[in-house]
Amino acid sequence: MSVEKEIDKNAFTNYIPMDSEEENPELPTQLGPDKLTQRYDSRKIIDREDEYQRRKRLRTFSPERADAFNKTDKDINKRSYADILKEQAQVKADREKQKRNLQEKRERLNKGESKSYEHEASNDYASTRNESESDTRKTRWGGETPTISRSPEPSDENQAGKAKDNWDAPSENSDSTAPNVYSNITPQNLKMLRLAKELEERNKYLTDEELNGLLPIDGYEIVPVPDTYKPPKTNRINPFLGGMNFYQIPEELGKPYEVPGVPDSGPNALPQIKPEDLGYFGALLQEVDFDNLSYEEQKERRIMELLLKVKNGNPIMRKQALRQITEKARELGAGPLFSQILPLMMSPTLEDHERHLLVKVIDRVLYKLDDLVRPYVHKILVVIEPMLIDEDFYARVEGREIVSSLSKAAGLATMIATMRPDIDHIDEYVRNTTARAFAVVASALGIPALLPFLKAVCHSRKSWFAKHTGIKIVQQIAILIGCSILPHLKSLTEIIKDGLLDEQPKVRTITALAIAALAEASAPYGIEAFEHIIQPLWEGIKTHSGRALAAFLKAMGYIIPLMDPEHAGACTRKIMHVVIREFDTQDEDMKKIVLKVLKQCVSTEGVSANYVRDHILQDFFRSFWLRRMALDKKNSKPLIETTVELANKVGGGEIIGRIVDHLKDENEPFRKMVLETIEKIVINLGVADINSKLEEKVMDGMLFAFQEQATDDSAAVINAFGTVVSALGIRCKPSIPYICGTIQWRLNNRSPRVRMQAADLVAKIAIVMKACGEDNLMGRMGVVLYECLGEEYPEVLGSCLCALKAIVNVIGMTKMTPPIKDLLPRLTPILKNRHEKVQENVIDLIGRIADRGAEYVSAKEWMRICFDLLDLLRAHKKGIRRATVNTFGYIAKAIGPHDVLGTLLNNLKVQERQNRICTTVAIAIVAETCGPFTVIPALMNEYRVPELNVQNGVLKSFAFMFEYIGEMTKDYIYAVTPLLEDALVDRDLVHRQIACAAIKHLAIGVEGLGCEDALTHLLNFIWPNVFENSPHVINAVIDALDGLRLGLGVGRLLSYVTQGLFHPARKVRDVYWRIYNLLYLGNQDGLVMSFPTLIDDEMNTYRRTELELFL
Amino acid sequence: MSERWNAQVQLEHLQQKYAGAGNADTTKWEWGCTIRRDSLASHIGHHSRMLYMAIAENESTSRMKHNMLWKMVQPCGPPPPKK
Repeated sequence: MSVEKEIDKNAFTNYIPMDSEEENPELPTQLGPDKLTQRYDSRKIIDREDEYQRRKRLRTFSPERADAFNKTDKDINKRSYADILKEQAQVKADREKQKRNLQEKRERLNKGESKSYEHEASNDYASTRNESESDTRKTRWGGETPTISRSPEPSDENQAGKAKDNWDAPSENSDSTAPNVYSNITPQNLKMLRLAKELEERNKYLTDEELNGLLPIDGYEIVPVPDTYKPPKTNRINPFLGGMNFYQIPEELGKPYEVPGVPDSGPNALPQIKPEDLGYFGALLQEVDFDNLSYEEQKERRIMELLLKVKNGNPIMRKQALRQITEKARELGAGPLFSQILPLMMSPTLEDHERHLLVKVIDRVLYKLDDLVRPYVHKILVVIEPMLIDEDFYARVEGREIVSSLSKAAGLATMIATMRPDIDHIDEYVRNTTARAFAVVASALGIPALLPFLKAVCHSRKSWFAKHTGIKIVQQIAILIGCSILPHLKSLTEIIKDGLLDEQPKVRTITALAIAALAEASAPYGIEAFEHIIQPLWEGIKTHSGRALAAFLKAMGYIIPLMDPEHAGACTRKIMHVVIREFDTQDEDMKKIVLKVLKQCVSTEGVSANYVRDHILQDFFRSFWLRRMALDKKNSKPLIETTVELANKVGGGEIIGRIVDHLKDENEPFRKMVLETIEKIVINLGVADINSKLEEKVMDGMLFAFQEQATDDSAAVINAFGTVVSALGIRCKPSIPYICGTIQWRLNNRSPRVRMQAADLVAKIAIVMKACGEDNLMGRMGVVLYECLGEEYPEVLGSCLCALKAIVNVIGMTKMTPPIKDLLPRLTPILKNRHEKVQENVIDLIGRIADRGAEYVSAKEWMRICFDLLDLLRAHKKGIRRATVNTFGYIAKAIGPHDVLGTLLNNLKVQERQNRICTTVAIAIVAETCGPFTVIPALMNEYRVPELNVQNGVLKSFAFMFEYIGEMTKDYIYAVTPLLEDALVDRDLVHRQIACAAIKHLAIGVEGLGCEDALTHLLNFIWPNVFENSPHVINAVIDALDGLRLGLGVGRLLSYVTQGLFHPARKVRDVYWRIYNLLYLGNQDGLVMSFPTLIDDEMNTYRRTELELFL
Repeated sequence: MSERWNAQVQLEHLQQKYAGAGNADTTKWEWGCTIRRDSLASHIGHHSRMLYMAIAENESTSRMKHNMLWKMVQPCGPPPPKK
């Protein structure tokens, strides 16, 4: 999954095609950095879409289309494929005409020496777009809805006042006109209304009283309004003033609407309608007599209710509605369903989870409707296609699923007929999304089925748009299905190869990109398919420049790793002069591609180290290792990767030698980039070829970088430092004193961040310090850190504790300075610290001491720590709780279990569940470390406390204990059997449940150790519980039976089960067959000898005669 | 609602996919066939048991295996007529 996600992410980041930029210069080519860091406070989808993605709102639903396969329905009015193509030709012709007109106008204007209109005239694209936008607006809310005037209202004070009166006036006939009003509240209107209302609220006039309250009464005087004063024009936008002045706005606009006439609960209840959704669900607010409606209206209302439940209802409502809408899909009909679902999907206030639910509805409905869906394919695609370029991974996956089930329902022919007109649509957005949808269709219905169509499209002579889209489909297929492209590789490359020589530059570019995608998907196989493409690629690389060259280089870069070594070497040498020439490019895309190509070329076997050294390194470092490259992660990452690849070829020493001086650069991101590169090279190649001089330089540089780091993100530098130091090992001995000096000095720095970094570094290099034999220095370090334990910043304190732990680990308890007996009492108060990092480190450190050096501390001190540890069981982090219970074990081992156990058993009385459970685990661990005999008597004694929590705790401790001690259980089974017996006849369900869990572990532990008598006895107590209903209890019972199957053998349990397999009551049979299946699948072979002898009847023989053989 | 989808239910669902697993509607004939087939398969799989039977029947083990494989077709005879 994660790999797929990664690939998918890559596919997504360039969701705006590389070649679209020229066409729409105003679009961002990639997600800007701020886009990634910006927080998404709003859950609405629209708020995180960028401009390109918002273009989906410019698309319109086309009318239904004729289903060519439906012989019975020959409605002439329905649009067919031919109609659409004709319309499109018409649109194109109109466009041409318009363009010509504009051109003429411009020429005329130019002649007339008036240049003022030039701007307007030249931007013909924008103007046509705006036009289409306004068209869309007209039609989006369905034909019958009148458009609402958005023009600013008459600004005269008087008029505004009048309007206001209208707002406040109660409308006499609001009931009769209600539906009209509701259907007019579009989300935009509502938003505007809200805004206007808020502005009004904020800008209202202050009354005299308020002014008196605000200003002192003395020293002010009220001046008359000057005659020349004209009140400022209010520019209030109010969508309702344009003609519908009878509707009274509710007081609280944000309040959801209750649907009248339905019960508050029960199966008929409806969720509230959000104000934003009034446009869609407003009709539900009218109370109507359901029986008087026509059949169509009834259906419509029914669908509306179901959709409302799905969209806004609680989970139970939603599930029911979803099931109903699925079951009745065919009855409700495709038309009415989609005419309500699809506008909802386009709603600008849609949120992620709502979209998810609606998509689910579409998916289920599609499955049911099957071929009835054909006339609506295009409408659905208009809604779903934008999801294919959504930035959310799951939205993309959902989109793909819908398109795929849509194509399975409608069939290939319908899909092609529907999407064919969009392939040479004038809008690039439409073509882009259509290509992606086609790729999904191909993966759903199989590539071979689509090949003839693709071939025709890619060789279309009508327009280059079609060719371009066709090739893009191939590219998207490659990205989508990855390595399963291999069987079709040859035919796909065959189809697109002519695109490389096309006269239209964009077609050439997309072809090269498609080839790159194909090669990437098929790597490391499939070079045969690309053989006939290499020649035109060469030609292209030689002749093109700019974007086309970048695309061609990219394609070549992906093909080279597929070649055999000699070819790859030759190709690399041929391509390299172009790549080196492009080192100096200013274009970001080109830069990235050059780095990628270089990396791919260098990693092939056929390129020799000497060649790289002589021809590449010089220019590479001159052009790329610049501060500028470190600023953006998108640049620095490929640069680091490529540099590491170069190091793999020519050796780490050489590369590190070239960049090491930059460690002292004044630019921090740049230093960090160098450090990261050095770290990666050292991880890959070690430090064998770093000579002593370079080593000195590296250490020196790293220390500098460490000292100079200013930003919060400290992990990179420290990690790199740690990696290099541990790789150098004993070779760092000369620099250790310097490092320690620096650390010591910095541990006392004023800035907490510096102190923390210093402590972190100690933790990283402790092992190497030991290896260098610097025990004295470490001791000193220990003392310094010990003195830091009064630290007030928890983050720093945590790091100090971590550093101390590292030192204690390598130096040992005996040699530690300060001595353990001084150190531990200092740690005890820190246990009370609530900060997670502190808790985690301090408990680790204490556990370590308890494990290795418990004798240095008095038993009394350990007991005190025990009490403090109980608090840590409340920690949120599981690691802390786990470390704590382990520490109980160590302490119990050190000072004997008696006192520790007493503390723990007392703790079973607390209320908090998590605390109790951790305590039971700790008791079990104590039992494991000190021997069960030390614990079991006390535990059994505790069971006599008449308190449910304690008894449950004891049982749970037994369960954990049996799990931990395994086979040792056999010595104690007869001792605990009476207790378990007692627990199993308790009235409390949970009690029996926990006892079952204990018996499960017990039975598994004693398997094959001859304790069948006790187990049978326990089984007799468990068996009546098989009819329990509560899920947790029945699970525990079944688990216990499964454990007993092991302990007793499957035959014994079968003899219990056969009693009820053919019981007259179904309820009994259900349960018994369930247990039978458990046994059967658990140990099928073991059952053979235990099956009962069935009696033959007149027709059938059931006896197993072969078992009656006797020798 | 979530109880319906606990691990136990999923496990049972998995179990139902295996031939031989039964439910409340399993008939004597179905269960008998399963038992016989399982037994025959088990005999074939355990060589020592096979040898024992072969000696008792005075047949070669291969013949015995062959016969047992054939017996697995309707091991208890035809299904009883449905009422």
